[in-house]
Amino acid sequence: MALKIVVLAKQVPDTRNVGKDAMTAEGTVNRSALPAIFNPEDLNALEQALRLKEQNPGSTVGVLTMGPPRAGEIIRQGLYRGADTGWLLTDRLFAGADTLATSYALATAIKKIGDVDIVIGGRQAIDGDTAQVGPQVAQKLGLNQVTYAEEISVKDGVATVKRHIDGGVETVEAPLPVVITVNGSAAPCRPQNAKLVMKYKRASCPMERTTANDSTVGDYDYLYEERPYLTLNQWSVADVDGDPAQCGLAGSPTKVKAVKNIVFQAKESKTLTASDADVEGMIKELLNEKIIG
Amino acid sequence: MNNVFVYVEIEGTQVQEVSQELLTKGRKLANTLGVELHAVVAGTGIKGQVEDQILPYGVDKLFVFDGEGLFPYTSAPHTDILVNLFKEEQPQICLMGATVIGRDLGPRVSSSLTSGLTADCTELEIGEYDDKKTGRHYDQLLYQIRPAFGGNIVATIVNPDHRPQMATVRSGVMQKAVYEGECRKEVAYPEVLKYVSPEAFVVRVLDHHVEAAKHNLKGAPIVVAGGYGMGSKEGFDMLFELAKVLHGEVGGSRAAVDAGFCDHDRQIGQTGVTVHPKVYIACGISGQIQHIAGMQDSGIIISVNNDPDAPINRIADYVIVGTVEDVVPKLIKYYKQNSK
Repeated sequence: MALKIVVLAKQVPDTRNVGKDAMTAEGTVNRSALPAIFNPEDLNALEQALRLKEQNPGSTVGVLTMGPPRAGEIIRQGLYRGADTGWLLTDRLFAGADTLATSYALATAIKKIGDVDIVIGGRQAIDGDTAQVGPQVAQKLGLNQVTYAEEISVKDGVATVKRHIDGGVETVEAPLPVVITVNGSAAPCRPQNAKLVMKYKRASCPMERTTANDSTVGDYDYLYEERPYLTLNQWSVADVDGDPAQCGLAGSPTKVKAVKNIVFQAKESKTLTASDADVEGMIKELLNEKIIG
Repeated sequence: MNNVFVYVEIEGTQVQEVSQELLTKGRKLANTLGVELHAVVAGTGIKGQVEDQILPYGVDKLFVFDGEGLFPYTSAPHTDILVNLFKEEQPQICLMGATVIGRDLGPRVSSSLTSGLTADCTELEIGEYDDKKTGRHYDQLLYQIRPAFGGNIVATIVNPDHRPQMATVRSGVMQKAVYEGECRKEVAYPEVLKYVSPEAFVVRVLDHHVEAAKHNLKGAPIVVAGGYGMGSKEGFDMLFELAKVLHGEVGGSRAAVDAGFCDHDRQIGQTGVTVHPKVYIACGISGQIQHIAGMQDSGIIISVNNDPDAPINRIADYVIVGTVEDVVPKLIKYYKQNSK
């Protein structure tokens, strides 16, 4: 059975490299000040989608992402690994969304894509670590959900999913269509395919072309005319028939009251060297004070 | 109406500790707000089995949903129960564990009710809020406090206009205690099919296998934790040896877990386990805030690091400046020599 699969993927700031201007005064993330990467667990999800495509001839995989124009990179990364298409949701009205407003936007886009059998994404993104968007998208679409997936197979319209649960494993079966979130313990994503990189490296969304601030603007117009697949889908709130009141900051029930950098109470500490005398002295002290037995 | 609710998680007929921790926290919040603490639990064959594990934590009213297909947990039936119960009961706060179940259920319920949900809170408080845009003032909102953005900041989140205010909290972050005060301890057994639609049971659990934890990191009196500075999985072997002689457990930082040096279930920090041991020995851990959030309440903190300026050293009682390869074997050797 041919499957229509949509992969939810997010471009995230690499939270391992955070600088001073990472946060705005309103307490939201200043994404432009940080290196942007493909959210790691979304790559695990992409791999599962590509495997399902291989096992079910005729299937298609599309990458759906939401973000500023530069998030078009996520779609290219997907195409380089074997995805067939992609959609970038980009609009100032989407900005400042919490998980609920994000889910609303993604769900409206999935409805617009239409007839999707499997929506699959990473369990959570490393910038928020909430794991909320998958289940919320499922609820908004009225679909079943299976979270924390490690392995997926599909037969006769039913997905069988092995899940990584607290302290164990579980296998569940869910009829399609279904929303699945994939755990980081699932198989890692395949590398980029050199031929596909060659094919798609000039692929971009229209807004990426107008905002690209370099001398190449306009240089590839002849290519885009010749090869329509190099123009990626770019959708605004209006394009997906979205309700602006449910998008972005306006559609977010949670508000950030305060953000602070953490300062831990410094303790009076003893600094020791690695010498035998220092280490033995400390051990004796801890034993004498019955801190260790 | 307007009470504090805790969703109680079970494995079979065993109530999970994280739920008891949340009941204790929920009781305090209810007292601050002057409302009742209610709890809801759903499973199969739990009537008469779970009440005594829940009521002592200060519960005024417990809703027990006992029926076929409610254990093992699947998303839709438990969502139906909470959504329909909350439509009747109109709670102002709902807490659940930031477990695999809580993180599957919470977002689905919050989306159904269009209410806000904050994941993995490390503190919950009641306080006031002024919305600068609308000029409205709110009394007694739930402050949902959590490290955000890879643990580099702490954010206080509020849900001014939507109810319930929902939050998940990881196991071990709050501490459970049997409630000494007065509470009603009423138990209700609602009819499951009044709350759950028959279509909710289409996802079937074919196989459910849970083992008791291989270690007791959360309750260990001594924790030996390794970071990315351990260099490899083999590097962790000496930490297991040190933990063995000290009768402690081994944990790891997120960087060490991500690098594959130790198992995911040993991760200490905001997105892992929170520990409160008597002694915490941090080996090759720089001390990102997301890690410190999971161990800062330890009694004595010893940091072994070749960087004298590692952030973790600021909260350490003893800082040993040296390589882990040099220091850890010495810790083992001198402990063995001096202990009886």
